[in-house]
Amino acid sequence: MNSPVGVISPGRQGILRRLADTLWRRPRLLLLLMLALPVSWLGVIYLGSLVALLVQSFFSIDEFSGLINYEFTLKTYRELLIPANLDIIVRTVSMAAVVTLAAVVVAFPIAYYAARYARGKWKAAFYIGVMLPLWSSYLVKIYAWKLVLAREGILNWLFDKLHLTWLLDAYLSLPLIGGNSLSVSYTGTFLVFLYVWLPFMILPLQASLERVPASLLEASADLGASAPQTFRHVVLPLSLPGVIAGSIFTFSLTLGDYIIPQIIGSSRLFIGQAVYTHQGTAGNIPLAAAFAVVPIVIMGVYLWMAKRAGAFDAL
Amino acid sequence: MDEVDLEVFEGEFFAMLGPSGSGKTTCLRLVAGFEQPTSGHIEIFGQTAEGVPPFRRNVNTVFQDYALFPHLNVIDNVAYGLMIRGAGKAERYRTAAEALELVALPGLGKRRAGELSGGQRQRVALARALVNKPRVLLLDEPLGALDLKLREQMQEELKNLHRQLGITFIFVTHDQNEALSMADRVALFNQGKVVQVGTPQEIYRCPNSRFVADFVGSSNLLPPEFVAGISGQNKWASLRPEAIRLTSAGGHEASVVACSYLGGTTRLALDLGSLRLHALLPSVATIPQPGQRVRIDWNPDDVHLMEDGI
Repeated sequence: MNSPVGVISPGRQGILRRLADTLWRRPRLLLLLMLALPVSWLGVIYLGSLVALLVQSFFSIDEFSGLINYEFTLKTYRELLIPANLDIIVRTVSMAAVVTLAAVVVAFPIAYYAARYARGKWKAAFYIGVMLPLWSSYLVKIYAWKLVLAREGILNWLFDKLHLTWLLDAYLSLPLIGGNSLSVSYTGTFLVFLYVWLPFMILPLQASLERVPASLLEASADLGASAPQTFRHVVLPLSLPGVIAGSIFTFSLTLGDYIIPQIIGSSRLFIGQAVYTHQGTAGNIPLAAAFAVVPIVIMGVYLWMAKRAGAFDAL
Repeated sequence: MDEVDLEVFEGEFFAMLGPSGSGKTTCLRLVAGFEQPTSGHIEIFGQTAEGVPPFRRNVNTVFQDYALFPHLNVIDNVAYGLMIRGAGKAERYRTAAEALELVALPGLGKRRAGELSGGQRQRVALARALVNKPRVLLLDEPLGALDLKLREQMQEELKNLHRQLGITFIFVTHDQNEALSMADRVALFNQGKVVQVGTPQEIYRCPNSRFVADFVGSSNLLPPEFVAGISGQNKWASLRPEAIRLTSAGGHEASVVACSYLGGTTRLALDLGSLRLHALLPSVATIPQPGQRVRIDWNPDDVHLMEDGI
């Protein structure tokens, strides 16, 4: 005969064990305890400081004393909209848009290959290949690009050896995208942005493509769609969440960066540089804060439009 | 795959039956065009099909996982083939609605595929394949994911649909009941080869090998030594459990090893000394119990001799 106590073991002794039993009985308490620290980090330190920054944008600076006037005003925002500042915004947003579009075009085949065809060690090689540039210093990469793009740089040398210098010169003589050399042109800035942010587009895109079952592509072909039609009607819509996720990175990183346009490109300012100069040397914290609001608003509008367009319907 | 020599007739309901990994799905995918043969020849209505991509074949497939497009609603899923062919919006929605009616699923057009039950998805997949008016419909284990009740209902509906449309259905399944109950003819696959082709009756009554006898329905395999004793021929034979009956005199003496009550029938495991047999008897008042000795007999015609020893 079994003893009657055999089924349920006796209650455990000791504070820690009793605590463990209590938490097991109250899973919500456990969840609360586990979330308290990360949520307060996110809520207080992360979002709180952001709100503090945004509040600054509704203050203004006294032009004569250089002191901040802590009264609610939209004066700083009016200042944001003067042509010189508006130019900075338009320049940055256009650059971010072009970089994002180019990143989608370049990343798609790579991500598609990795998701559909790469297996085993090729997949490992893909991940390392994509991530490796992220592990080396960002500044080193930018200066390396400066050497590549400079007038005395590798690219010029290559064009010279190929007797194509005339082609490069013709390109550089184009308005807007041209310049004295690639390293001081918008094209240079664009190339470096594209290079530096590309992994942030490839990885989410690859993840979203990986979730598209092969049977959907077969079904599309079965129903009469050629490969381009399948791409347009099945692959692209289903990978759109990945495209959006990647573009959030490439777009917002470009909007906020102040180092790349400073080292490579024309000397005209981008939003990041404007924030940097206004809050540093100029001491105009309100205008810097107002500039910082611009990317947030743009990203908000962008995501809202993406949602309206049904980009997240397949999620 | 090797030694797959099949001919499917127009308008036929053809089943490809076999255990998993036997090559039946590969065979279907060759017909659909998702895979290309390394050697051999495929003809669809007299036209060579090797090297022809799926989108140029007037053959449509119902996929095992249904493969409905998650970003489209039901009507757009069904109308996909028409959209690809460039049909106008009004026309393709009208045709798609007709197809949904055909599969008894009207009025669900605005739902998304993810909001449907398994049975409804199956019907949408069917409508999506049929809307293109294919001459051959391929079905890859279409009922595998459904529960028993729904499966039986869909079996009947598929048969009705087949009669109604008059096109060729080629159907892959690992479920022998499904193949026997639905198909006009069945091809049995094993290890990449077709081992037997015939009507369900032929396959069931006259299996040509031990594999077929065992896979299609349950069967008692009689070894050559035993068969030699009762028919004089030194060959393997199959004896269906339902062919065995209890008798009061003559026949063979056996002891009951196990007995399971299945409702309308009772299944007995019998020991004849030299071999074990299963018998399926109508559940009558007196069911022999384990340990009891009984006499059994069968009609000599029910012992089916097999040429093939495999």
